[in-house]
Amino acid sequence: MIPFYAYRFKVLRVNFMSLNLADVKRIAHLARIAVEEDEMPGYLQQLSNILGLVEEMQAVDTTGIEPMAHAQDVVLRLRDDVVTETDRHAAYQAVAPQVEAGLYLVPKVIE
Amino acid sequence: MFNASLKELSGLLAGKKISSVELTQAFLNRIGELNPTLNAFITVDEGKSLAQAQAADALIAAGKAGPLTGIPVAQKDIFCAEGWLSTCGSKMLHNFVSPYDAHVIEQFNRAGAVNLGKTNMDEFAMGSSNETSYYGKVKNPWDVNAVPGGSSGGSAAAVAARLCPAATGTDTGGSIRQPAALTGISGIKPTYGVVSRYGMIAFASSLDQGGPMAKSAEDLALLMNVMAGFDPRDSTSLEREKEDYGRDLEQPLKGLRIGLPKEYFAEGLAADVAQAIEAALAEYRKLGAETVAVSLPNSKLAVPVYYVLAPAEASSNLARFDGVRYGYRAPEYADLADMYGKSRAQGFGAEVKRRILIGTYVLSAGYYDAYYLKAQKLRRLIARDFTEAFARCDVIMGPTTPTTAFNLGEKSDDPVSMYLSDIYTIAVNLAGLPGMSVPAGFGKDGRPVGLQIIGNYFSEAKMLNVAHRYQKATDWHTRMPPLHGEE
Repeated sequence: MIPFYAYRFKVLRVNFMSLNLADVKRIAHLARIAVEEDEMPGYLQQLSNILGLVEEMQAVDTTGIEPMAHAQDVVLRLRDDVVTETDRHAAYQAVAPQVEAGLYLVPKVIE
Repeated sequence: MFNASLKELSGLLAGKKISSVELTQAFLNRIGELNPTLNAFITVDEGKSLAQAQAADALIAAGKAGPLTGIPVAQKDIFCAEGWLSTCGSKMLHNFVSPYDAHVIEQFNRAGAVNLGKTNMDEFAMGSSNETSYYGKVKNPWDVNAVPGGSSGGSAAAVAARLCPAATGTDTGGSIRQPAALTGISGIKPTYGVVSRYGMIAFASSLDQGGPMAKSAEDLALLMNVMAGFDPRDSTSLEREKEDYGRDLEQPLKGLRIGLPKEYFAEGLAADVAQAIEAALAEYRKLGAETVAVSLPNSKLAVPVYYVLAPAEASSNLARFDGVRYGYRAPEYADLADMYGKSRAQGFGAEVKRRILIGTYVLSAGYYDAYYLKAQKLRRLIARDFTEAFARCDVIMGPTTPTTAFNLGEKSDDPVSMYLSDIYTIAVNLAGLPGMSVPAGFGKDGRPVGLQIIGNYFSEAKMLNVAHRYQKATDWHTRMPPLHGEE
């Protein structure tokens, strides 16, 4: 498997409406969703349909238009550097799948 | 009693004609009777609700009651409530008992309201029919073969069937207004930033906004007074003076300029819906309002822009569900990557996975500018259309949806056709404007029609006034589905 960073820095040619199975596989990997081989064609079709729907955007000239990220022009608020949270780690970890000694357990990542 | 307004219920409680425990029990009984058919609730917890009702009765006895003290309110399962299962309609959170309260829940608790239970919804609020819930489809009380709309379909069905006096919803692309329209109730999506998103499970953060769903505009005003307010824990919560959303309810409508966007009355609008909307507009003219033609030329781009921006934000927000800190973890896996992949594959439903994948794609290297940035630029054009329209009118009106409620299963295999059922509501979210839907009669199939009212930023009190005067002159909002109509 190609490591994650290789995808991130690879410059892909923009080619609308031409998703292929390799793209679906790559997207699923980026999204960390296990997609079975036999589900791939279905996703390919559905994702292509959605891209078909959004294709209409490309016909509009947006030269000089500022992108709008948010409805309100809010500036990030600052607060005083004081403790505002109480320690509730026991309550928060009570809903975790696997915990030990206050730590979240996951499969071993370093051999 | 099940059809009583919040003001009437509050009066009964204050006058000791009924206790909150009795009122809550009556609604719980009705839920027990009708919910098996409608599936509007995911979680009902009599003990918890009645304990809150008891506390409310103590407040009332002590003379410390506010307008909503002792009133049962159903909460959309997207709002985290401490000690309550909070699933967001997903298998991913099937075991998530929230360790904290959303700001909205805190506000209702402070007001002494009773949490009547958690309502069903499309999984992670992604859907327009309530068919994507892990907890099963919700039925429309007007016709159990019809969808109630979505994503706040459980809340809408519950209010419509009078299983609760009022409920909460959230609206990212129409999820309060569309189900309100399809079930014949009233709902308002406030200006973005008015209701805190803290503890409201995130879908598309720049669009998500909580709001109330109820029988009338008058009730919505009381609920807005509780739900709205600054909260420092939401970085986009707006610091504004507290306002009384009911202050202008009775203002006359003489001289009100209603903008009618020609794009909202064009091809695609069903004739019976158009007819009901025309009748509503005629009523407004009788009330002294005048209508003016306006245009929202970029509105056809709203659906495409939304289906880039919302999935993009969703793919980022839903990255948190990894089987590590909360929620579902696959029972078997080989290593960490496999655990992530399988937990997410098994924990998310089909529509959620589709949106995460499309969102991941439009944000990926090489496609970001062509899709995501392009959509953000078009978002500005869509918002500008409204600014220009509001130079010529006070409110904008049109249909909330192009058709009345469609049948269960009718669009569930065709995501794109489902997406198009939100053509009139999505632009409002992109612009961040307030929008509401009020019942305006019925279509040829006897299913409800909703009138959409769009206001300028922070004009909720005005919109509620506009809706209230219409509701004083008509009785659509008092109609109850024939399901079990006994009072």
